[in-house]
Amino acid sequence: MTNSPLTPGIVPSRLPADRIARNFADHTPPLDAHEALVAADRCYFCHDAPCVTACPTSIDIPLFIRQIATGTAESAATTIWTQNILGGMCARVCPTETLCEEVCVREVAEGKPVEIGRLQRFATDTAMARGLHPFTRAAPTGKTVAVVGAGPAGMACAHRLALHGHDVVVYERRAKPGGLNEYGIASYKTTGGFARREVDWLLQIGGITIKTGVELGRDISLDGLLALHDAVFLGIGLGGVNALRASGEDKAGVTDAVDFIAELRQTTDLTTLPIGRDVVVIGGGMTAVDAAVQSKLLGAENVTIVYRRGQEKMGASTYEQEHATSAGVRIICNAAPVAVHGNGAVREVEFGYMADTPEGLKATGETFRLKADQVFKAIGQTLTGAPDGAALEGGKIAALPARVWAGGDCTGGGEDLTVTAVAQGRDAAEDIHMFLRG
Amino acid sequence: MANLTTDFIGIKSPNPFWLASAPPTDKEYNVRRAFEAGWGGVVWKTLGSEGPPVVNVNGPRYGAVWGADRRLLGLNNIELITDRPLEVNLREIKSVKRDYKDRALIISLMVPCDEQSWKDILHRIEDTEADGVELNFGCPHGMAERGMGSAVGQVPEYIEMVTRWVKQHSRMPCIVKLTPNISDIRKPAEAAKRGGADAVSLINTINSITSVNLDSFSPEPMIDGKGTHGGYCGPAVKPIALNMVAEIARSPETHGLPISGIGGVTTWRDAAEFMALGAGNVQVCTAAMTYGFKIVQEMISGLSQYLDEKGMASTADLVGRAVPNVTDWQFLNLNYVTKAQIDQDACIKCGRCYAACEDTSHQAIAMKPGRVFEVMDDECVACNLCVNVCPVENCITMVEMPKGAVDPRTQTPVGDYANWTTHPNNPSVAAE
Ligand SMILES: Cc1cc2nc3c(=O)[nH]c(=O)nc-3n(C[C@H](O)[C@H](O)[C@H](O)COP(=O)(O)O)c2cc1C
Ligand code: SF4
Ligand code: SF4
Repeated sequence: MTNSPLTPGIVPSRLPADRIARNFADHTPPLDAHEALVAADRCYFCHDAPCVTACPTSIDIPLFIRQIATGTAESAATTIWTQNILGGMCARVCPTETLCEEVCVREVAEGKPVEIGRLQRFATDTAMARGLHPFTRAAPTGKTVAVVGAGPAGMACAHRLALHGHDVVVYERRAKPGGLNEYGIASYKTTGGFARREVDWLLQIGGITIKTGVELGRDISLDGLLALHDAVFLGIGLGGVNALRASGEDKAGVTDAVDFIAELRQTTDLTTLPIGRDVVVIGGGMTAVDAAVQSKLLGAENVTIVYRRGQEKMGASTYEQEHATSAGVRIICNAAPVAVHGNGAVREVEFGYMADTPEGLKATGETFRLKADQVFKAIGQTLTGAPDGAALEGGKIAALPARVWAGGDCTGGGEDLTVTAVAQGRDAAEDIHMFLRG
Repeated sequence: MANLTTDFIGIKSPNPFWLASAPPTDKEYNVRRAFEAGWGGVVWKTLGSEGPPVVNVNGPRYGAVWGADRRLLGLNNIELITDRPLEVNLREIKSVKRDYKDRALIISLMVPCDEQSWKDILHRIEDTEADGVELNFGCPHGMAERGMGSAVGQVPEYIEMVTRWVKQHSRMPCIVKLTPNISDIRKPAEAAKRGGADAVSLINTINSITSVNLDSFSPEPMIDGKGTHGGYCGPAVKPIALNMVAEIARSPETHGLPISGIGGVTTWRDAAEFMALGAGNVQVCTAAMTYGFKIVQEMISGLSQYLDEKGMASTADLVGRAVPNVTDWQFLNLNYVTKAQIDQDACIKCGRCYAACEDTSHQAIAMKPGRVFEVMDDECVACNLCVNVCPVENCITMVEMPKGAVDPRTQTPVGDYANWTTHPNNPSVAAE
């Protein structure tokens, strides 16, 4: 094909295959053994370490780093997995710059944290490469638990329940398990089919059955699950996407960023994936950054993120924002979409400048237009398909009937991060275990 | 999972990691927290005789040597034995032991060198339920000036005499803690054995001055403008301690005498090395003082991973494994020929190997155009200096020459095992 970044419209193959391969290679390459030792050596083994407090799963970070430093990365992996069974994925996708590494005493003192995320990846990769799964299932209890959703919350919950000897059936509406790890995270953060490998690795505990293509509300009901199982865990995530509420939103070329990312993640040959010449991403979170950066990496000529509030309010961390701008993405703040123009397909998006006032966001009256042949909406996801009987608060599950638990993005409490979901899934499993033991 | 449970002279502990007699074990509060953190045993901070306790200085008592990253490499101290009343210590020991029956609790003792003093203190500790006693013949400062500690430990006859008194007046297992401030460590170990000791522990601290203040012209730590020598410990002393442990383990006189290894143990690996050289367990002081009690978790996980990987079921499988391979120089194989080899892909072209070999060794590295460094086999004596100064791990390796191959340096084929005792240059061989 002879397309280039300048080819008009939404077309595949804007860049040569080798360039695309390079663009989508490991964003943060793994540490080699020597680099890991040097990185581990910087840890001060702090008392009551701030990094542990900052980690939603409370991994004993100083201990696992010391275990790496003393040549026992396998023991380090055990330390990590004991708290966070998806420690391998979290090592890749956690915004460590706003979690553990932000509070590392060496970040605070010198502006150069211990590379906790990369060290965690070193440990878990080392142990997984050796085929280690250092957990043994307790004797079967005869109890069964349904887990709805095979994302981070569901899988963390399932593993912990299986560990305690319960039988777990995971119901997943998509074709593959993994949830956002499989469908939602930027491709260069988790290369080599890692999401799938991690799920397969996790299943080694035994006692977990995954049923894919089964959707709550369509194929199964909460009452049905309660009739079949002793307890139910809902880790259904956020299935819906917020609308722009700008006129012309339904024009061709305007889609949800999450769908684009999911499609990208499931495309084996990225040269076949079409992308616009002028891409506009509306939103300010990680999803916006992931969609924008990957558009650029596929060869879009112009990619612009437009966010309605000030830069400091963006959900994406400064690190993520810088990653976007260094990839060539332009970020415009304080502007909200007013209308999508075009004849059938989008040609331009019109934005109005916004002022953040004590009374809320107000249009200043000034507008501008951006050329666009593709628009991605990334202005937040919403809960859909919550079962009857679930009480919602602020758009999230807040209360549930007896024998039902929930965790992950579909519930409140914490940011919508993989690591938060893992913590909630794990803790719910402990609750369920206590309940089942009576 | 390997079994870390250890039986040291009949004293059982869930792992071989004990805290050495020192500030970490000076009181009930510490020892309880240490046990909660996972330590297998403790040797309580050394107790003295009944009566007014010793006093410590009220200024700095520690000096240190650091790496450039301020990693603590060596610590020195001028602390004395416990400065808390005997009754308080005894009450606390009893209370801790009652709650931690599965852990080892040893009482360290240092009293004046007369039979009555030893008889009295042994009588006083009788009902604490402690698992054993350790005789502190080691402290090199302060107490030695008063005829105790290393002043006893440097005279084998005294060691034997005191050990015999202790064995006579007590049924408790007795460990004799040795001072390294002596020229031949085997002598005090033999004396302890003759006196009936159940085990020896070593090393105590090494006489040292860690640094001198060049403004006030006083050794550090400085007390009101003056300083004194203190006891050195921490990672820096490990090589010295390992050798002393090995000497006792392989000496025919003391072979088989149980050893508790002490000196610079900081990681599981250090502990494993002590154990391979014959130590039945290890004691730790500086590492705990530097990083806190929690480091024992790494020691536990690391040692079990190692034992598992080696297919060893318990620590007993490891203890002494390296002892048969510690030998005298005269028995080393002179026909074992190796050559340094530089991995050109790993080399970063710093030239340190060249400087070291050219200036101070055997001029066996060639510097070629483009900063390519190559070993000349016909000059290389295999001294290992380049390996040790190269900043890149495994960049320079020693490659063994196969038997029969001709060594380009000596033009002789590599032969069978032969050592100095039969070498033609050896005068005693020639005399025959
Ligand atoms: C501050 C300090 C006080 C010590 N006090 C004692 C003591 O009272 N009795 C004793 O037998 N050893 C004492 N030691 C020596 C330690 O028990 C141990 O033998 C030595 O520190 C070497 O071990 P390490 O390198 O792990 O520190 C002391 C060491 C330090 C640093
Ligand atoms: S370590 Fe504690 S007791 Fe010692 S000098 Fe510092 S503050 Fe004082
Ligand atoms: S010291 Fe090592 S890295 Fe430096 S030149 Fe020699 S071989 Fe190369």
